[in-house]
Amino acid sequence: MTTLTSAARRRRPLSRPRPLNWGRIAAWAALVVAILVTVGPFLWMLRTALSNNHALATQSSNLLPADFTWGAFARVFGLQSQAEAQAEGGSGASISFWQYLLNSLIVSTMITVSQVFFSSLAAYAFARLRWRGRDKVFAVFLGTLLVPTIFTALPNFLLIKNLGLLNTYLGIALPSMLMTPFAVFFLRQFFLGMSREVEEAAMLDGARHGRIFFQVVLPNAVAPLATLCLLTFIAAWNDYFWPLLVGNAPAVRVLTVGLGVFKSQSPQGAPDWSGLMAATLVSALPILLLFIAFGKKIVNSIGFSGIK
Amino acid sequence: MTTTSVGAPKPTRHTADSEGPRRSVRRRSLGDLRVALIFVAPALLGFVLFYLVPTIRGIYLSFTDYSILGNPIWVGVKNYVKIFQDKLFWNAMGVTLEYVLLNIAFQTVIAVGLALLMYHVAKSTLIRGILLMPYLVANVIVALLWFWMLDYQIGIVNQVLQWMGMPRVAFFGNEFWAIPTVAFVNVWRHMGYTALLIFAGLQAIPGHLYEVANLDGASRWQTFWKITMPLLRPVLLLVMVVTITGSFQIFDTVAVTTQGGPINASRVIQYYIYERAFSQQDFGYGSALSVILFVILAVVAFLQMKFLRGNENDLD
Repeated sequence: MTTLTSAARRRRPLSRPRPLNWGRIAAWAALVVAILVTVGPFLWMLRTALSNNHALATQSSNLLPADFTWGAFARVFGLQSQAEAQAEGGSGASISFWQYLLNSLIVSTMITVSQVFFSSLAAYAFARLRWRGRDKVFAVFLGTLLVPTIFTALPNFLLIKNLGLLNTYLGIALPSMLMTPFAVFFLRQFFLGMSREVEEAAMLDGARHGRIFFQVVLPNAVAPLATLCLLTFIAAWNDYFWPLLVGNAPAVRVLTVGLGVFKSQSPQGAPDWSGLMAATLVSALPILLLFIAFGKKIVNSIGFSGIK
Repeated sequence: MTTTSVGAPKPTRHTADSEGPRRSVRRRSLGDLRVALIFVAPALLGFVLFYLVPTIRGIYLSFTDYSILGNPIWVGVKNYVKIFQDKLFWNAMGVTLEYVLLNIAFQTVIAVGLALLMYHVAKSTLIRGILLMPYLVANVIVALLWFWMLDYQIGIVNQVLQWMGMPRVAFFGNEFWAIPTVAFVNVWRHMGYTALLIFAGLQAIPGHLYEVANLDGASRWQTFWKITMPLLRPVLLLVMVVTITGSFQIFDTVAVTTQGGPINASRVIQYYIYERAFSQQDFGYGSALSVILFVILAVVAFLQMKFLRGNENDLD
């Protein structure tokens, strides 16, 4: 490779400028199309959210917001009176995304903090401790990845109901708080790759596993723990099916469930598109902000978690 | 599974008991079990409470008549017999299968293409990040966004179609288009993620293989089919397993857009189970349906592993 390219480099100044490489142009064109197809809908979401719902129909192909207004956002946060909302094409039904935003934040944080912590404990036992049956237990843990969500969802719904936890934050969060196979797997992989030297030195000094875990292993695993926290938080934030089953009451409704309700309240004939897009934007924004801040971490984690 | 003994060659029981250093080694391995139990306890509790017991309970419920009120009544295989005569079940299976096939075909082809672009044309993390964006946003959000963009009356896509002189399409409201549309929405959300998985696989292929192929005068087309694709097999298999198991469980998109309609055109299996169990309170029937879904997924995963030899790698 090196010899080839250096030879080519030496030859290039002598020859004429390279003819257009059509393959390469086509490849770039395909990439640009892919990016436009990806980003375009998000811009359209923003454009719609900033439009007056009544004006959407008449200016449907104008690329700028139709009769620019913040009204849709005010409507979504319950800041418009019923008359104002209806004047701008809303349904007038009371809806408060502040509450949903708060609920999503509480539930996702509960799940993230406790799932990552308990999973890291288990991952340490699978990666570092020697005990009979370890690999078998781990295989069984991993096997649960194949169990479809709906299969456990029905009995889990009954369990949460019997515990009296329907329509509580704990009821929504509990099944994901103690472990997920993915989190255990992800951290175990990382712990296996960590150098044992420091841990062994600490062990020789007579430190117990508890101390080694908290004072040596966790501080050295800040990066993967942060990545896992991000992935867990995003997954919890985006979940729809389970919160729909156990948390449909307005007081605990998370954003995804709230969006479904908002959509179904919208009149069939003339839906409140700007309100709906403002609501989706509000729901997506925290994740998009996280992504802008930590995008590289998330992108790089995909190869790791998926393949190795 | 190496269990014990770092420095002690084959300690027999009585010597281990009588000799100091060896005994300490043995004690440590026993001690590990005790410590391990403490470390694993919360996760194990979660596993037993929310995976193991529900699995057993789900199978049990599938043999009962149970509306959430009252107690489950054992009815044997009645639910399963009913399912095999249930037109809506077969409809749901057909619709789900159509969705799965469309999803795999388009998603895999597009993702391989995107991965090659990421690998050969633009290696920037920014571009990969942009393409990953839809995947990070909730299904519900993506579904509503496209529900608006594909609206029959004033959706932008139909505006463009009309502008190009083509007829408008009722994407979500037409029996023929409902499932392809749902599949399209999900391909849009997942293509960047899948491409990233494949991209990681491409990076793992040793560069010298391409150099040799180059020297032997292989064309790009040949290199792609003779080197890239075979070596991508484990990754592609993983992607397929993830895509197929995921697609069989399509719910969110359908729930917030078509709700199974028009008529039964998009009543996919998980949505059907949801309706039976929660709208009609028929938990026994719903459980039996989900046992069937579980079995199908297990068989599919097993077949893929067996016939595509996913756990082997041509590099080893």
